[in-house]
Amino acid sequence: MIPLNWYLWLSAVVFIVGVAGFLTRRNIIIMFMSIELMLNAVNISLVSFSSFLNDMRGEVLVFFVIAVAASEAAIGLGIIIALFRNRATARVDEVNEMRG
Amino acid sequence: MLAEGIFAYLAAAIIVLSILVVTRRNPVHSVLLMLLLFFHIAALYLTLDAEFLAAIQVIVYAGAILVLFLFVILLLNLKEEMVVSRYIGPWPLGLMAALGLLFMITLSLRSFVAGPSGQITAALIKTETHTKVLGKILFTEYIYPFEIVSMVLLVAIIGAIVLAKKKLRS
Repeated sequence: MIPLNWYLWLSAVVFIVGVAGFLTRRNIIIMFMSIELMLNAVNISLVSFSSFLNDMRGEVLVFFVIAVAASEAAIGLGIIIALFRNRATARVDEVNEMRG
Repeated sequence: MLAEGIFAYLAAAIIVLSILVVTRRNPVHSVLLMLLLFFHIAALYLTLDAEFLAAIQVIVYAGAILVLFLFVILLLNLKEEMVVSRYIGPWPLGLMAALGLLFMITLSLRSFVAGPSGQITAALIKTETHTKVLGKILFTEYIYPFEIVSMVLLVAIIGAIVLAKKKLRS
């Protein structure tokens, strides 16, 4: 039996890779993919908790996370298309209209 | 021993693929590597007795979300991505913030204490099937969150159409 801690470590590392990608990349599409990576890391830890504690609620939460990730991807990609139509760029450091 | 070997392979593949996803220059390569990553995560769910989640990981994430990403990337025609720098100017700062967060998670994982064990064991899942057990909980105890999430999806559909459509002439 694999200890629960291994799964939590794997989840933490994948989450940190997602955070690092979100904070350092310039392309807005890769930033959205980093968000998906973070959501997947959380899903790994939820499924492993659920399996180790013999409880189904974690997996129900994963179901909702996947639904929210799908709607987030649809909205986010809609925003990217609207941004590209107005500015013809996918680089976040060129988008500064809302800077105060 | 076999279980540890499978977990070691899956964990190594997931970590290497996730690092590759966030560092590739070409977004199409990133999406295709992410497809491979999602298949490995689905295999990890199979080792945790979560067959239904493995199936929807492949169907929804790999089948729907990644196709949407690929479609948008091909729609945008990102030729200038090939020449400009991949990272923002202050990227060491972002990396430092991420590593600091890893340090904090490390500290919190040390003091983790598991809660009381529940009723649904692996043996029960094997006799009743995972989909049935998950569906019973989802449609009894979590019926209101289920309805709310359907509203979230409806709002997302309408919002995506409103954001992406061309301006109508007034």
